[in-house]
Amino acid sequence: MSDMTWVPVANASDLAPRHVFQGRLLGQELAIWRADDGNVNVWENRCLHRGVRLSIGVNTGSELVCQYHGWRYANRNAGCTYIPAHPADAPPHTICNRTWPALEQDGLIWTHFAPVDPPRPESLGAGALALRPQPVAAAPELARAVLAGLSPEGFGPLGQDLVASGPAGRLRLMVQAADAGRAVLRGLVLSDEAPLPLLRRLSLVLRLARDEIERRAATLPVPAPIPHRSERVAPELAEMPEMVSGPARIRVRVAKKQIVGEDIVALELAGLRGTLPASQPGAHIDVALPNGLLRQYSLVNAPGETDRYVIGIKREAQSTGGSAAIHDSLAEGDLLAISEPRNNFTLRRDAEETVLIAGGIGVTPLLSMAAALRDEGLPFTLHYFAASAETLAFGERLALLGERMVPYLGLDAAQTTLALQGILKGPGADRQVYVCGPAPMLDAARATAAEAGWPEAAVHFEYFANTREIDTSSSFRIELARSALSLEVPAGRSILSVLQEAGVAPPSSCSQGACGTCMVRLLEGEPDHQDVYLTGAEKAAGEKILTCVSRAKSDRLILDL
Amino acid sequence: MSPQTQPDPFMRDQWYPVSALQDIAAGTPRVTKLFGQRVSYRREADGACSASTEDRALPVLQRYGCLWTSLGTPGELFEIPEYTEADRRNVAAGTVAVQVSAQRGIENFLDMGHFPYVHTGILGALPHTEVKEYNVEETPDGREIIATECLFYQPMASTVSTSGADVEYIYRVPHPTCSVLYKSSPLDEKRLDVIALFGQPTGEESFRGHMVLSILDDVNTDDFISYFQLHIFGQDKPILENQMPKRLPLDPRAETPIRADKTSIMYRRWLTRHGATYGVIPAQG
Repeated sequence: MSDMTWVPVANASDLAPRHVFQGRLLGQELAIWRADDGNVNVWENRCLHRGVRLSIGVNTGSELVCQYHGWRYANRNAGCTYIPAHPADAPPHTICNRTWPALEQDGLIWTHFAPVDPPRPESLGAGALALRPQPVAAAPELARAVLAGLSPEGFGPLGQDLVASGPAGRLRLMVQAADAGRAVLRGLVLSDEAPLPLLRRLSLVLRLARDEIERRAATLPVPAPIPHRSERVAPELAEMPEMVSGPARIRVRVAKKQIVGEDIVALELAGLRGTLPASQPGAHIDVALPNGLLRQYSLVNAPGETDRYVIGIKREAQSTGGSAAIHDSLAEGDLLAISEPRNNFTLRRDAEETVLIAGGIGVTPLLSMAAALRDEGLPFTLHYFAASAETLAFGERLALLGERMVPYLGLDAAQTTLALQGILKGPGADRQVYVCGPAPMLDAARATAAEAGWPEAAVHFEYFANTREIDTSSSFRIELARSALSLEVPAGRSILSVLQEAGVAPPSSCSQGACGTCMVRLLEGEPDHQDVYLTGAEKAAGEKILTCVSRAKSDRLILDL
Repeated sequence: MSPQTQPDPFMRDQWYPVSALQDIAAGTPRVTKLFGQRVSYRREADGACSASTEDRALPVLQRYGCLWTSLGTPGELFEIPEYTEADRRNVAAGTVAVQVSAQRGIENFLDMGHFPYVHTGILGALPHTEVKEYNVEETPDGREIIATECLFYQPMASTVSTSGADVEYIYRVPHPTCSVLYKSSPLDEKRLDVIALFGQPTGEESFRGHMVLSILDDVNTDDFISYFQLHIFGQDKPILENQMPKRLPLDPRAETPIRADKTSIMYRRWLTRHGATYGVIPAQG
């Protein structure tokens, strides 16, 4: 049996709700599990961190959690969504478990190791029943040979293709090549006979076949097991991972466009091919709009919602072309380019209590966080400030939160501050606060939290824009390692504008240090970051800068351009 | 993996524990395995112990509550100075056989991140999962790895407290299959309890872990202390036995390290540098 065809590796009934089934094919251990949305996953049975079997882990219905250190892997794309040892860090996208295709047909779960999908196995027809699998300690070839010689009563001789038809109906037996010296006998039957006695009868056929196969195997040398073949992890992961962000290069289709609040539309973006990269609560994507603009939107996705990205867009009165283009011109079926999700607003899950504070459309990343916390049974409250009940977005998702969503409607600035003072009354030990909303509200929340004595590290803000004043008073030199250019950056001008003049600029978008589009690698020199895009750790590492706002503390910077 | 694989010189020329001394009664010889070889040991009537393979006598050492021996020519066994302090209780807390390489066992012993998941309610508790930054370095002579300022949240930080708090740990790796950890004593904040795991590689993919404690405790019985340690190790065992591969991979790209794994990253490099091949999968090139 080759690994270039679909092979059954489990009965559909083996995949009980919230269970992880351990399978094996050609020496490769498989973790096979069904998510609550029905999707069947066939993964390498091994956590990428320390090699512990995922089949002893926990199926949450949307994610698989490793038993050893609680690493979480998302349904469908198998991307790592959370590393509990570092609650403040977003796992890099490249931490992704190995997956194989899964097909559910005739009550069996099938997979294959071929580079492209082989033709689907022929279905035995509606009403086909899967036989109870029978493991045998023998070479798969020997198992096939013995099965080919069988002639089960009512079905007739099986022959080389292991298929038989007779008065009792159609029977197809299969051999799952678990390893060089291990196999699983499987079968499908389509018959008008009463199922239970029929299945018992065929179970006996397989059991007797097993005895015969193992009797013959006992006279032969035991084949050496097929060695375990794990893929090596990416070199950058082996050296303490840093995140890598690319330009908008994932093609998606607008699968659904829906009004989810006054002046608010939701877009569901489905991948054109393959699975979408894993995202985490708080993550955002860059969306390249048909009119050429690049805009950032937070993902609303709950854990396990991995077959699409969901974003919410409010029509801004002073739209510079982003929200208006989406509201007015974009239609279901349109194609867009987006970036991989990137997370500057990571959700720690080691808090005793989490306080989420949303203002207006700023609710989007917090909805994703709320869903993740609810999924894990961690305590939280979502305080949602909005102009009116009509402007509360994503009603269906809010309804799932029940009383843990507290709305504050139609408050003016003074009332908002008063409400924030109530919410942020006193910092508790092990409480974390996440705030996303319009700039005045972020400022009010920041001031209120500081007054109430919250430590800075416990209060997290998501900026859609960089509201800090950029200091452009310094002047310095930049050297471009690959272009062999040396340029002067005078006071009052950005690195980006100097690069643009020289014709070697990276792509750019927001020009205020918020979106990350114009990021370049820094090879030498001490940067003055000034952006709100890079994480604290990334800034400390000093290996990347945003050319639109970052400057130099040293005399010169050497850039990888 | 063939049990006949020979240990590399670095692994071979070490002392290894084969039994707690208290478990060796005078008279009948007992048999165990070291590097897949049968080793028998016995206590003579005069209290002296001996060990041998089928064809030769082996060197022996009685230290830290264990009988140690070697198939090679070992140097000095590492020091645990606290063991001789007069007011300490020294307890041989038990031996557990595990079907995974001894180095996997040591790496687990050095790891704090699994406390809330594997030792829930004892050494850690959800949602307190963070492994904070800590220091790890090799001693100047390169003989030992030391991790300091390791903090981890423990739900019952001491016998007198009812709430959780960060507990500080120091880890030493003075030997390829032995590690010693220091942890603030619940009875005397200024002093440290010592908990050691001495690994006996019975094969490439199996070991026996001997647990030895040197602690400031005049309350609990030896049986209770032993029960507690066996309970903890009993929680680790099924995790360890579900690790694949069973030997410790030394290729940096075989598994995905994070910052919390600094100590094990250094341990793996240290094994590579010393040319260890037994119980590990050496890095290629």
